[in-house]
Amino acid sequence: MVARQGLRRKRNILHPVLATILKRLGLGVATLFVVSAIIFSSISLLPGDFGEAVLGQAATEETVAAFRRELGLDKPAPVRYLDWVASVLKGDFGTSFSGRAASGVDRSRSVAELIGPRLKNTLFLAGVTAVIAVPLALFLGLTAALYRNSFYDRSVNAMTLTTISMPEFFVAYILILLLASLWPVFPSLANVDASTELAERLRRIALPALTLTLVIVAHMMRMTRAAIINLLASPYIEMARLKGATRSEVILKHALPNAWAPIATVIAFNLAYLVVGVVVVEVVFVYPGIGQLMVDSVTARDTPVVQACALIFAGTYIVLNLIADIIGIVTNPRLLHPR
Amino acid sequence: MSIEHNDVLLEMRNIHIEGFSDEQWHPIIKGVDLTLKRGQVLGLIGESGAGKSTLGLAAMGFARPGCRITQGSIHFAGVNLATLSEAEKRPYWGNRIAYVAQSAAAAFNPAHRLIDQTCESAIRANIQSATESRQDAVALYESLQLPDAGNIGERYPHQVSGGQLQRVMTAMAMSPRPDLIIFDEPTTALDVTTQVEVLSAMRKIVEHYGAAAIYITHDLAVVAQMADDIKVLRYGEEVEEAETRTMLESPKEEYTRSLWSVRALEKSEEKGEDIVLSMQGIDAAYGSAKVLHNVSINLPRGKTVAVVGESGSGKSTAARVITGLLPPSAGSVQFNGTALPAALRERTPEQLQRIQMIYQMADTAMNPRQTVGEIIGRPLEFYLNLSGQQREKRVIELLEMIELDESFIDRLPSELSGGQKQRVCIARALAAEPDIIICDEVTSALDQIVQEGILQLLLRLQNEFGISYLFITHDIATVKAISDEIVVMFQGEVVEQGLKSEILTPPHPEYTELLLSSVPEMDPDWLTTLLKERV
Amino acid sequence: MSQTPETYSAAAEVAAVRKRRGRFERSWIALKKAPISAWFGLIVVSAYVFVALFAPLLAPYGEAEIFPTPFGPWDETHRFGTDQIGRDIFTRLIYGARNTMGIALMTTLLSFIIGGGLGLVAAINRSWLDQILSRSVDVLMAIPSLIFALMLLSIFGSTVTSLIVIIAVLDSTRVFRLTRAVAINVVVMDYVEAARLRGEKIGWIMRREILPNIMPPLIAEFGLRFSFVFLTIAALSFLGVGIQPPTADWGSMVRENASLIQFAQYDIKAGLTPLLPAAAIALLTVAVNFVVDWFLHTSSGLRDEH
Repeated sequence: MVARQGLRRKRNILHPVLATILKRLGLGVATLFVVSAIIFSSISLLPGDFGEAVLGQAATEETVAAFRRELGLDKPAPVRYLDWVASVLKGDFGTSFSGRAASGVDRSRSVAELIGPRLKNTLFLAGVTAVIAVPLALFLGLTAALYRNSFYDRSVNAMTLTTISMPEFFVAYILILLLASLWPVFPSLANVDASTELAERLRRIALPALTLTLVIVAHMMRMTRAAIINLLASPYIEMARLKGATRSEVILKHALPNAWAPIATVIAFNLAYLVVGVVVVEVVFVYPGIGQLMVDSVTARDTPVVQACALIFAGTYIVLNLIADIIGIVTNPRLLHPR
Repeated sequence: MSIEHNDVLLEMRNIHIEGFSDEQWHPIIKGVDLTLKRGQVLGLIGESGAGKSTLGLAAMGFARPGCRITQGSIHFAGVNLATLSEAEKRPYWGNRIAYVAQSAAAAFNPAHRLIDQTCESAIRANIQSATESRQDAVALYESLQLPDAGNIGERYPHQVSGGQLQRVMTAMAMSPRPDLIIFDEPTTALDVTTQVEVLSAMRKIVEHYGAAAIYITHDLAVVAQMADDIKVLRYGEEVEEAETRTMLESPKEEYTRSLWSVRALEKSEEKGEDIVLSMQGIDAAYGSAKVLHNVSINLPRGKTVAVVGESGSGKSTAARVITGLLPPSAGSVQFNGTALPAALRERTPEQLQRIQMIYQMADTAMNPRQTVGEIIGRPLEFYLNLSGQQREKRVIELLEMIELDESFIDRLPSELSGGQKQRVCIARALAAEPDIIICDEVTSALDQIVQEGILQLLLRLQNEFGISYLFITHDIATVKAISDEIVVMFQGEVVEQGLKSEILTPPHPEYTELLLSSVPEMDPDWLTTLLKERV
Repeated sequence: MSQTPETYSAAAEVAAVRKRRGRFERSWIALKKAPISAWFGLIVVSAYVFVALFAPLLAPYGEAEIFPTPFGPWDETHRFGTDQIGRDIFTRLIYGARNTMGIALMTTLLSFIIGGGLGLVAAINRSWLDQILSRSVDVLMAIPSLIFALMLLSIFGSTVTSLIVIIAVLDSTRVFRLTRAVAINVVVMDYVEAARLRGEKIGWIMRREILPNIMPPLIAEFGLRFSFVFLTIAALSFLGVGIQPPTADWGSMVRENASLIQFAQYDIKAGLTPLLPAAAIALLTVAVNFVVDWFLHTSSGLRDEH
């Protein structure tokens, strides 16, 4: 049999799943590399008088020159880029621009030091949201797809379409108005620090987490519903029904094994969306996360911090999509069982 | 077919089914009755849109999403399926009534092994234990002549060929030993040589276990091999039903006869001396995949050369080489004795004008946003510099040539029927006043009666204007109807070229023999005779 | 069975639609069949456009006119009170329609010119050019656009021009992908091949064969992209790095008046003030989404399920 020989021949080289995963990993690394180069080269676009802008009008020529030297602006760009990559890989994102003065006194802090605790806060908020939102959205999307065109489906759909159309801050302020101002159940400011107890921490992030949950669930539910409906329209699902499979057998045995890839894509897409949504929500609730830090640094034009934040956000985004693709590859029967 | 069948297994009375589209319900089946006895095989035949698949599924009490059974009773073994809920019908499905779908590749779940899917229904219905059922599946694979029957079940659907999958699906249907199997166009997607194998395997197993079957198809010659009786459907209504032989010999309704109208056509061949187009030693490849090997074809002026072959034979690629869409890696295309430039963009408008093309799917061959007048008018403007009144006058003349009147000039393609669309495509080719028209499966998407009309139109135009046709097709009946010469292709090579009578009469090269003998004939004994001969 | 083979004629074959209607008549029929959500969407969008066009006539005061009481209450002279430096909120809401929508519209147009043009070229060319464009778009889309926008704004500063250009370029990646995907489906059609075989020039094929057939999904996408761009600009302005004062803009207005929400317990109207511009944003995007949903449903069924 030709197919069998093919099977044997290929086993000697590399299993197609492994080969595809490696290819995808390589692509991910390459993307990360190019993205880091884009983020890095943005510093070269800084206007020439930037040193003065940071240090103030009173800065002497020497302090400005020293500052430029510290940024490495006297070296050629590729060298600077490699230096930067090397230090980023060691966890060193450079030094913040803020806290510098014209006199040359430097009270600036390292970017890593600034970001560290805030990154933890952001991950905590995003994690709590994901734990609530992902199962809820999958459940709603699945049931809406199963009871398609029912009253339940239509109402869930109308609600999510409305939520999607609203800016995050609108949802946030409505929640503040209702749950913090008119009926003060939760605090309107999510000010936490390292010493905050877990229970208190959860109470304070209730509103930001709820806001993000509402927005994410809306997107995710619609995408899940579409993916499941698409799957249920396959001829093999009709065949399963005509073979007498019960509703639950159709879903669990026939649809689910083929659903991992689309579901993983939906989850990854929305977690990536969460990463972005976090920025606005953190600002509304004055939550000390990396999103708020980034916005503050943009206003202050504190480029090293902006770069580090952008790199972290983009990295998360790329890794999430990479994971989704790998799940899709690993569950693809065509790759798992090659000809 | 010696089984005596007396007791009624399935009785459908006054079935009405509606389908939902354009925001409203439309009738699909309008009051059809159907009676099937135990062990009887009924052929359900009709053209596209006749509602035969819908009726076949209704025999299970099943309506596809977007369809509903509005009236009628479906008594299966004494129980009216039409009154049962889906949960109550389920024990019948896949157990006492089984379904074989058209596209096996799509109907198998890609995530499960074939044998697990084969045994699923039997195990669910507690007919057999898992081990028994698997052994039985292997036995079924064997009797369906599947290669490596002991192991083929361990494979996944994408690992076996289409013809094999279709047989595995028959095994799957047969596994719980149903009383009734519904075959929904099970061989339509297969090549003729594969079709013969699948048909014989299916017929053997159905006869062996004495199951009743409803066999749905649009091909009367195929159904004649399978069915005891044939029911003809049209527009959701029954035309007539009769015993197979009676139906073939003396149909009551004129419509039934039109279902094989193309077979009645036969052009008398003529030999042509003056070669207008010739492919000489053509090699061609898509990337690294070589599709044509040393192909030479000659097209005489004013004659029709039919290029026949199964999928993958390279017949459409040959057309792409002639038109310049795919420059060959070796060989040349000669037009009137001079070589044409290999690539499309190096050809002059005059060269392009001389060779026109008509496609299989008239739907996708016309821009849906242009009117018939614009579609036919563009080549007039482009090649002949006609404009305004002159152009319109010529468009109307062309419409008359294709037997459409001038009221069609403002219509959009979506406002035409399938046959009218193909006619407009012919007019567009004709507008360029070409020497050669390449016809790529131009009739295979059409119903028989429409096909006949198109073929006759093409013949008439050839007589009037002396156009040469390179006619690509997989259908032997069409070949007989239109060609002077035949080229047989197999796996990218020309098996033989010659006058129609030479090719169609023995002795044949091996492949031509296989191809010609595999084409079903309108004779209920054809398959039986063929299988005897082949042994 | 009205026809038998003897009387068969091609012209009498049953075709789908016999009656043709004018463009206007067809639109009117489609409108009459439109669901209530589409009507709601159309009316809201028209009202917004009207307000944006005639802002100076409709607004009671000047865009940046300052009155003595900051955070003034809702009363006769100031329907929705005044903001943190004493500007009339109602007036700024009206001017906000003009500014926010205008900038979003310009951005979307620019993004369609860039993304649509390149997408079309990539779909037809399908060679190294397509490869380069597609790979660059993949990389650009690997960075979340809000984050990328924040980074670029920190470098170029928050002027209206840089805002428009940055968002348009980032957003054009999505337009590029859609245009390319839709156009590729059309490019492989036999009628495009027929035009090539006829010897037509590439420009003619693009204009006459491809463009008319990709318009419906592109128009729908324009609506969706517009609301997305609109939300992005509102979000950036809300974060303080978008449209800058004294230009009236809904995103910044939410931020400037956000603190009023704390007083909702004492004066519900004051609490509602920051929600007014936010609601204006939400209402428009909901309306646009409704219209697009209906348009997709009637025109092609494309992306029916999203």
